[in-house]
Amino acid sequence: MSNIVVDKSKVPWWVSNVIVPLVNLTLALLVSGLFIFIAGENPIEAVKLIIFGSFGYIQGFAYTLYYTTNFIFTGLAFAVAFHCRLFNIGGEGQAYIGGLGVFLVAINLSFLPIPIVWLLSICGAFLFGAAWAYIPAYLQSKRGSHVVITTIMFNFIASSLMIFLLVDVIRDTNQMAPHTVKLPEAIWLPSFEAFSGILGIKIRYSPLNLTFLLAIASLFFVWFLVWKTKWGYEMRAVGHNTQAAIYAGISPHKNIIIAMCISGGLAGLLGVNEILGVSHKIQAGFPAGYGFTGIAVALMGRNHPIGILPAAFLFGILYQGGSEVTFEMPNITRYMFVAVQGLIILFSGALENLFRPQIESFFVRRLNKEVNA
Amino acid sequence: MEFLSDIASLINSTLRISTPLVFAAMAGIFAERSGVIDFSLEGKMLMAAFVAAVGSYYLGNPWLGLLLAIIVCVCLSMLHGFASVTHKGDQVVSCVAINILIIGLTTALAAAWFGQAGLTPTLNEEQRFLEINLPFADSVRDIPIIGTLYSDILSGHYVFVYLAYLSVPIVFWIVFKTSFGLRLRAVGENPSAVDTAGINVFAMRYKALAVNGVLIAFAGAHLSTAVNANFFREMSAGRGYLALAAMIFGKWHPKTALIACLLFGFTDALQIRLQGVELPAIGEIPVQLIQAIPYILTVVLLAGFVGKAIAPNAIGQPYIKER
Repeated sequence: MSNIVVDKSKVPWWVSNVIVPLVNLTLALLVSGLFIFIAGENPIEAVKLIIFGSFGYIQGFAYTLYYTTNFIFTGLAFAVAFHCRLFNIGGEGQAYIGGLGVFLVAINLSFLPIPIVWLLSICGAFLFGAAWAYIPAYLQSKRGSHVVITTIMFNFIASSLMIFLLVDVIRDTNQMAPHTVKLPEAIWLPSFEAFSGILGIKIRYSPLNLTFLLAIASLFFVWFLVWKTKWGYEMRAVGHNTQAAIYAGISPHKNIIIAMCISGGLAGLLGVNEILGVSHKIQAGFPAGYGFTGIAVALMGRNHPIGILPAAFLFGILYQGGSEVTFEMPNITRYMFVAVQGLIILFSGALENLFRPQIESFFVRRLNKEVNA
Repeated sequence: MEFLSDIASLINSTLRISTPLVFAAMAGIFAERSGVIDFSLEGKMLMAAFVAAVGSYYLGNPWLGLLLAIIVCVCLSMLHGFASVTHKGDQVVSCVAINILIIGLTTALAAAWFGQAGLTPTLNEEQRFLEINLPFADSVRDIPIIGTLYSDILSGHYVFVYLAYLSVPIVFWIVFKTSFGLRLRAVGENPSAVDTAGINVFAMRYKALAVNGVLIAFAGAHLSTAVNANFFREMSAGRGYLALAAMIFGKWHPKTALIACLLFGFTDALQIRLQGVELPAIGEIPVQLIQAIPYILTVVLLAGFVGKAIAPNAIGQPYIKER
């Protein structure tokens, strides 16, 4: 038990928002190193491989940014709901259904001119993801069923539903594997190769595509929505103190629905990257855990777009560098990096106050000395 | 007669399938009655399954595997307590962290140690729990009804099945009839009043979490050393969440939670039997829909269409002692 009392107003912003998160991240990575050691590999070698894999060559870096794109979407999704004190653990299912939205719009409207079909597909992804989040939101606000359990259940249900659709309804009948036909090539989002030619770099293939810019735009969208609009204000008010919000005439019901739908919609945008940008078809299980990673990204980024961008980038490095590690080290599988995510959530979410009082009081004392001297 | 034996086997599998849910729901009752949310039942169950399977494999005795699972689960519960009771971190975040950590760690370690894709080696008969045949089960089988009831329904289960149903009255007795139980419930309802009475709120919550860890270990060991003979990736398959939903639906009460667990177990047993069966008028139901039934049922039950659940008053709030 720490009994250190710190005057919050004297703590500089960079101590609470940069130093403390970095200390927590370091702790999480140290414990991760221990796990890699238990699994029988050298943690320092693993770090070298991660850095080489994610920065060492241009294709690797493109992959890093491609993963970053996904994590920006799912991280923002968790963060928006969190500002209303809702735990949207259902990003995985919302992204899955969002992918269905993108595909259905794109395949049926592929005759439309290019920017229009893209825009409509993005809307499709957002709406399908939002619709999948709507039901848990409604049940939370009207029936009080805990959103954590219902969104988890909706992940399972989404998975069953999508496999049913992929096997029996929208499967490419020329193939045995459960995936759909490919979208017509004319409407694929331009990938990084196309640009790299202009920049004078030649790479064979990269999944990085135009969706990266959509992700950056989403960061601004969320910042504007949550901090600069009446909706965002009401949402945060409900999250902070529901009773006070009701007293001020703000409807918790309406705001829970709005927050969850925007959250689900953002998660759904992952489908744009995966389907319109990379694989051009729906494959079984394409969200591959990105939805859960979003939780770690948001908590590390302190639920603010400015924090989520570097956090998403860090997870991009971990994913891309991690695949390099699993390639080189037979004892490490990609699940080791799922465990690392868990540790990051633990140290930057649940245990974020572990050393906060000590660190803050250390800096407050030091700064006071400078002032007095 | 065939109808009767169908019913008997359905009840038999209901009892078996409900077992991990019952342990988990009882574990959940201890944590949540003390005011600590426990979504990490899922992760702890998975960890217990992994540790029990690995422990029995190396030590050659399933009881030692169970013991190891208990130790590890109590440690995980203590971690949850350390984050959410001592450091007043967010309880839901702590649970999500534990769940994701365990999903990754169990599969990663299984792959690193045994080289298979997230599997542990198959346990032989020495290393796992076997079905227990109650005395005279074979000789009374032919007596109508009583014979079926005794030999086909009550006999021939794993030890965990009997322990699970035995745990329900014990949990009821502890929570509602002992002074420990009274303090436990009071800590979850009004911690400051309990503090005023001179009882340590933090210690009570840690004790509740310790019991929670012991109980959930049984659920995991049941999965990997009794009904299955090894651990496989994400083998808990949402059972921790189902149990939590059963507990909420059972209004944080052992008896009603038991009924909800049996209901989940029954739908699961039914869905296994319904797969590939042509139903009159409807035809064959897609297997994915049938498999989703327990999850859909959870949502429906939680939506409170059968009555509103009222949680312990102080649930989810860290206790801050006044200075």
